[in-house]
Amino acid sequence: MDDLLQEFLTETNESLNLLDAELVRFEQEPNNSKILSNIFRLVHTIKGTCGFLTLSRLEALAHAAETLMAKFRDGMPVTVEAVTVILSTIDRLKMILDEIATKEQEPKGDDRDLIDQLGRMTRAENPPPQPAMPDELVAAQTEDERSEKAADERGDKLVAHSIRVNVDTLDHLMTTVSELVLTRNQLLEIVRRNEDSDFKVPLQRLSNVTAELQEGVMKTRMQPIGNAWQKLPRVVRDLCTELGKDIELEMHGADTELDRQVLELVKDPLTHLVRNCADHGIESQTERAAVGKAAKGTIRLSAWHQGGHIIIEISDDGRGLDVATISAKAIEKGLASEAEIAAKSDAEICNFIFTPGFSTAAQVTSISGRGVGMDVVRSNIEQIGGTVDLKSARLAGTTFTIKIPLTLAIVSALIVEAGGERFAIPQLAVLELVRAGGGEHRIERIKDTPVLRLRNKLLPLVFLKEVLRLDTSHDENGFVVVTQVGNQVFGAVVDGVFHTEEIVIKPMSSKLRHITVFSGTTILGDGSVIMIIDPNGVAQALGRATTTAQAMKFEPKDHDEVEFEDVTSLLVFRAGSQQPKAVPLSLVTRLEEIDCRQIEISDGRHLVQYRNQLMPLLRINTETGLKKEGAQPILVFSDQNRSMGLVVDEIVDIVEDRLDIEVASDRAGVLGYAVVKGSTTEIVDVGHFLPQAFEDWFRRRDASVTWHKRKILLVDDSAFFRDMLAPLIKAAGYHVVAVASAAEALAMLKSDTWFDVVVTDVEMPEMDGFALAEALRNAQGTAAIPIIALSAMVSAEAIQRGREVGFHDFVAKFDRAGLIAAIKEQSVDLNRAA
Amino acid sequence: MNDTTRLSDFVTFAIGGQMFGLPIGRVQDVFKPSRVTRVPLAGAEIAGVLNLRGRIVTAIDLRNRLGLERRQDEKPAMAIGIEYGNESFGLLVDSVGEVLKLPDADCEPNPINLDRRLARVCAGVFRLDESLLVVLDIDRVLDLGAEAAAA
Repeated sequence: MDDLLQEFLTETNESLNLLDAELVRFEQEPNNSKILSNIFRLVHTIKGTCGFLTLSRLEALAHAAETLMAKFRDGMPVTVEAVTVILSTIDRLKMILDEIATKEQEPKGDDRDLIDQLGRMTRAENPPPQPAMPDELVAAQTEDERSEKAADERGDKLVAHSIRVNVDTLDHLMTTVSELVLTRNQLLEIVRRNEDSDFKVPLQRLSNVTAELQEGVMKTRMQPIGNAWQKLPRVVRDLCTELGKDIELEMHGADTELDRQVLELVKDPLTHLVRNCADHGIESQTERAAVGKAAKGTIRLSAWHQGGHIIIEISDDGRGLDVATISAKAIEKGLASEAEIAAKSDAEICNFIFTPGFSTAAQVTSISGRGVGMDVVRSNIEQIGGTVDLKSARLAGTTFTIKIPLTLAIVSALIVEAGGERFAIPQLAVLELVRAGGGEHRIERIKDTPVLRLRNKLLPLVFLKEVLRLDTSHDENGFVVVTQVGNQVFGAVVDGVFHTEEIVIKPMSSKLRHITVFSGTTILGDGSVIMIIDPNGVAQALGRATTTAQAMKFEPKDHDEVEFEDVTSLLVFRAGSQQPKAVPLSLVTRLEEIDCRQIEISDGRHLVQYRNQLMPLLRINTETGLKKEGAQPILVFSDQNRSMGLVVDEIVDIVEDRLDIEVASDRAGVLGYAVVKGSTTEIVDVGHFLPQAFEDWFRRRDASVTWHKRKILLVDDSAFFRDMLAPLIKAAGYHVVAVASAAEALAMLKSDTWFDVVVTDVEMPEMDGFALAEALRNAQGTAAIPIIALSAMVSAEAIQRGREVGFHDFVAKFDRAGLIAAIKEQSVDLNRAA
Repeated sequence: MNDTTRLSDFVTFAIGGQMFGLPIGRVQDVFKPSRVTRVPLAGAEIAGVLNLRGRIVTAIDLRNRLGLERRQDEKPAMAIGIEYGNESFGLLVDSVGEVLKLPDADCEPNPINLDRRLARVCAGVFRLDESLLVVLDIDRVLDLGAEAAAA
């Protein structure tokens, strides 16, 4: 096709989509001259280009529409009929454009009908045809030219900053970058195994550049979610006209960006959900009046980023879902028995609407009877690794929450082992990781069904190796990957957990696509190919038995699991100052409000009776005052049977964010500062307060190996590196003790203090890292501790010598990510060995 | 006349002593398979997946596919790389021989008593001096789905 024509089609389609949204806004705010001139300009541009390309049919239509809009601009009142006619004109324009796109020429046909209607309206508010008409036209013409010039100027400015790139080019770029990421990962892995100082530094540089490149390319593919919403105002408006309802569509966060591939895939489900809200959710005006609601219903669309995901919420203030009708329908369809329904919560019952073939609409309207059900919405969203959930309250409305990854090309995955093979589980589906076997978390069986007690709930389990038919031996030890699919939560039992890795998803061979348990393949950093587990497939394998089993509602995480996620849930609160403070949510046992009258003072300390024990209350700083009356919010930190309360002014929020401590603090009780949800937040060091509550807190801890936080001993003679690395390790979820010399480290280790991993500098005065390692290996009790060596200069000889003295891993001092990865690896190994 | 003189190139390989051939145009490359990852739940014809210079290759256990007897003692030493419908496959074989130029006219139809599993994927037989060369129809070799449906 002619380049010029292609360009025109792309551009015009974009303009028309914009126009749809603008027109609906225009109808609501007819006096907004800015919107009017926007619309006018768009139509004018279309007209102008059509004339240039001799597309006469398009030109005539656009001209008629433009003339009518010029009238509006001159102050003619806007009527609903007028907007309807203009909308139909735009539909006609689109139809013609589609034809042009396929046949490369204007279709034959007549638009007299529309042009006449437009003409009639243009004249309607213009009672007697005046003789001065030609003058007016001339005036309009000059004005056109002026606005055209203005548009051109604006256009020039835009040209300077953006260019049009074919989507295929971007896709190809993305594929290439994905390959580069893989190769980079492989190189890093090789260098990590056979250390060679010659490669280390340039590779580090390559690694950084690759990461930047990856980010940059991802950015080019990012589009605001608003692009997927453009059609919705029109959809809602048309539905309103058709159904005689009055609905306002509110849109928030339209500029939230996500990958265009995801955007395309989420368009249809979104449109369907909005239609549903307008059709079924919002009541008719009379019905609304009867229950005392405003005649105008509201559908609210909002989008925001959360961790590596985008959350889209669609809510209406309509009648809400009718639990009774859904229950009846579910029983009728044989999806559940009456007894099962009785045992379910309303939220669980509501989820039946996502079941294939489930429709409760008493009458099928033209809007909803389109053969696309909620089940399709859900499967479409799940296909892109997302989840959809709903909340509904009788008469108060329904809210759908969609959580989707920002991009499909690269995802974070947990690498696990089952039956001797490695697999990747997408992090998105993983809620938490629990170590099973012995102790608190024991795999139990009801007849043959494995379950796990988790925070007083029963978690249905499935052994991954059995699902994959690799091994049927019943091993009661392992890790339980607590996985969520829809609102079904189950535990997938695996033999081991390695680490998380950013993986590039490669489509599965057509010969393997029928295996529903896998969603793709990927190449790991070490060059091997592994299969990516599809949690949906595993859930299916879990069988129908568990779809009716109790879907668990999850409470804030307790503190006894191993955390691997990069995104940390943070509890944000205020205490003392206006600056927000935060602690990792996983450390907090409970949030409580205590009646101030219950607080007692004993020996200068604040105490409160809590669960039949005296719990000390601590203040973060001296500015934090205890309330004199009313309820005092506190954060409770518990361990075994001791608890401590941290007094706060106000609990602000729970957010999921990457915890990057950017500025370390030397103030006691403060780990450092991080940007959380856009504001600088003080990250509180809980470890500082625990010993204040009970002096022997850590001593007791040390004796017990169940402490969830791995303890790291950091040995470095340089204060600078100690200060830099300690908060980093801390922020990764470890407890860290930093000492300045090997002698101190030995003293610490001999004094019965247990550490999971020792991280030591190699070059130190007096006793260096090699000597320390030798000393540890030869001493009883410390021989098994993994040692990670840190060195600014990594040479082949050093590595050889390191191996001999028993270093488990060698990491360059500036390789912060590498250090955390090494610590993870060593401490996980320890778990498995234990 | 042309038909009798036209020659085609065949990549030859052996499985369990039997010689097979594939038209050279269909063969992408020949490589040593390494680190083949098993795919649980996949059919027995699928030996696994492997990484060949950044591409994911599906390895086909040709011995199984052709219904030949399994030898437990030996691992397939070579793989024949095939591009098929935008995907990469590797046919695992015992050894790869030379490329032979054979006249099309010499290709004989499958003997009617040929094992059914083999007959399904065979495109004819050449009588060579020392042995018989069985020509495979790669489209049918890779059409695993139809086989499963028929079975």
